[in-house]
Amino acid sequence: MTIPLSYYLVLSGIVFLTGVVGVLLRRNIIIILLSVELMLNATNINFVAFSQYFHDVAGQVFVFFALTVAAAEVAVGLAIIIALYRAKSTINIDEFQMLKW
Amino acid sequence: MSLYGTDLLALLPELIIVVTACLVLALDPITPASRRDLLAWLSVGALALCLGLTGWQISVLNVRVSAFSDLVVIDAYARFWKILLYGVTGVIILLSLPYLKAERIHLGEYYGFILLALSGMMVMVSGADLLTIYLGTELMSISLYVLTGFNRSKPRSLEASAKYFVLGAFSSGILLYGISLLYGMAGSTKLASIAVAIGTRGADDPLLLIATILVAVGFGFKLAAVPFHMWTPDVYQGAPTSVTAFMAVAAKAASFAAFIRVFVEGLGGLKADWSLLFLLISVVTLVLGNIVAIVQTNIKRMLAYSSIAHAGYLLIGVVTFSGAAVAYYLVAYLLMTLLCFAVLVVVGNSGGSDQIEDFAGLAKRSPFLAFAMLIGMISLAGVPFTAGFLGKFFIFDAAIRQHQTMLVVIGVITVGCGFYYYLKVVRAMYWLTPPADSQPVPLSALSRLTMTLLIAAIFVLGVYPQPILNALDQPAARATISMFR
Repeated sequence: MTIPLSYYLVLSGIVFLTGVVGVLLRRNIIIILLSVELMLNATNINFVAFSQYFHDVAGQVFVFFALTVAAAEVAVGLAIIIALYRAKSTINIDEFQMLKW
Repeated sequence: MSLYGTDLLALLPELIIVVTACLVLALDPITPASRRDLLAWLSVGALALCLGLTGWQISVLNVRVSAFSDLVVIDAYARFWKILLYGVTGVIILLSLPYLKAERIHLGEYYGFILLALSGMMVMVSGADLLTIYLGTELMSISLYVLTGFNRSKPRSLEASAKYFVLGAFSSGILLYGISLLYGMAGSTKLASIAVAIGTRGADDPLLLIATILVAVGFGFKLAAVPFHMWTPDVYQGAPTSVTAFMAVAAKAASFAAFIRVFVEGLGGLKADWSLLFLLISVVTLVLGNIVAIVQTNIKRMLAYSSIAHAGYLLIGVVTFSGAAVAYYLVAYLLMTLLCFAVLVVVGNSGGSDQIEDFAGLAKRSPFLAFAMLIGMISLAGVPFTAGFLGKFFIFDAAIRQHQTMLVVIGVITVGCGFYYYLKVVRAMYWLTPPADSQPVPLSALSRLTMTLLIAAIFVLGVYPQPILNALDQPAARATISMFR
């Protein structure tokens, strides 16, 4: 018995929304980074599920690219966060208020 | 197995840029600090080579070339944007050279990241598959996150970088989710297949509409359209000025070029749906961008809101399906914004800050710089005989043809707001008296030449727009643009 496509889509929708809510509500920049990763992984679930459904490998190839980009993004993001922590000794996004209109 | 020889040849400019970027990164540690200028000239040399190559491609084979089984397409549209991007990047590298030295951050990586961002933009403008467009966007954005935080000794630069990174990563997550839904709808990420699938499945598929909205939101962040503009002022203000110029000019152009390609070639079948969405976005962008710009006291922040406002005018062009007007407007916007930032960079070199009040009496101290800023500002405001005026004229003309009179009325009112805040800078430069101890701002011959060329281009295009309008009016380009009409 195969799992229907809609199950995957519901799962990825839930994971994606969790990520979006996390980015919008959490104030710790590391947690925000993790929430963005959740959003990207929801996308990967979608790609793999559709790829299986269409019997088309292009979707899985896309997942590899998405994973690589996510890794690069996290590497740069963590570097920025470390530099920022050295300068300000906090990673709470509410305390970054030098730039405001 | 084929070796992709011809495909690699089609992508030669991108390859040259990436190889030069790696070369710059590799040479940086073994180059003594006194000779780092060579890295900048190496980058400019690579740009000149690519300019020649792309120009040669235009003169020899002015057809649509697809490479790597339709992942990228090199057509007149892509070549047009690539040539612009080379020019803009070259100017920015030349401006950065004295600026980085004055800020004591003259490191070779800078040029490497600029070139990597450029290669991302080149992939964006010639991507024919959502995969390549996404990869290009990410390559550009990740390089820009690093460049924004390049001045590590300044917490402001790091803070801007962190904000840009968080919102940029968030927006690419949304964009990617939209792409995955489009893949689920079409069974392929190629723009052409998506267009076919929309044709067969009909435009009122809920999955398709959700996907379109997500992709629009993702691009909205990159274009800095309201309500996805929150990062723009902070990042523009915090980033080193030369990087701000690069973001405001090159990143904006590449994002618009890719955005238009995705929405015309891929999602063209949904024109009726997305044009309504972008109509609303353009109205709020125009109103908010122009009104908030009025109260700014920092020039970089004001130019950030100005760039948001100009995205609004460009979106009017998008919703009225006038590709040539959008292209002309973008070129005009590039020239005048680059000119304003060139002056800002030079003034910043001599220790001046970027507050509007610090420009008081610039006309008495450095008449040429004040004149260059004056031309940039009046062109941004839209005074006749400048490129900025004709750009707005073409956009509003297209809107009237589409019977979008309300949009034109809002547009013209916001242009009025624009006059107020752009001329505030002009007033400071020409009417206020300079501080007693002020010195003339030193200006290198190279910067003076660049500014003179930009001023000349603004006036020439202001009275003779045909070269830009014709560049996109060729059989190969018409395929993209005509769907727009």
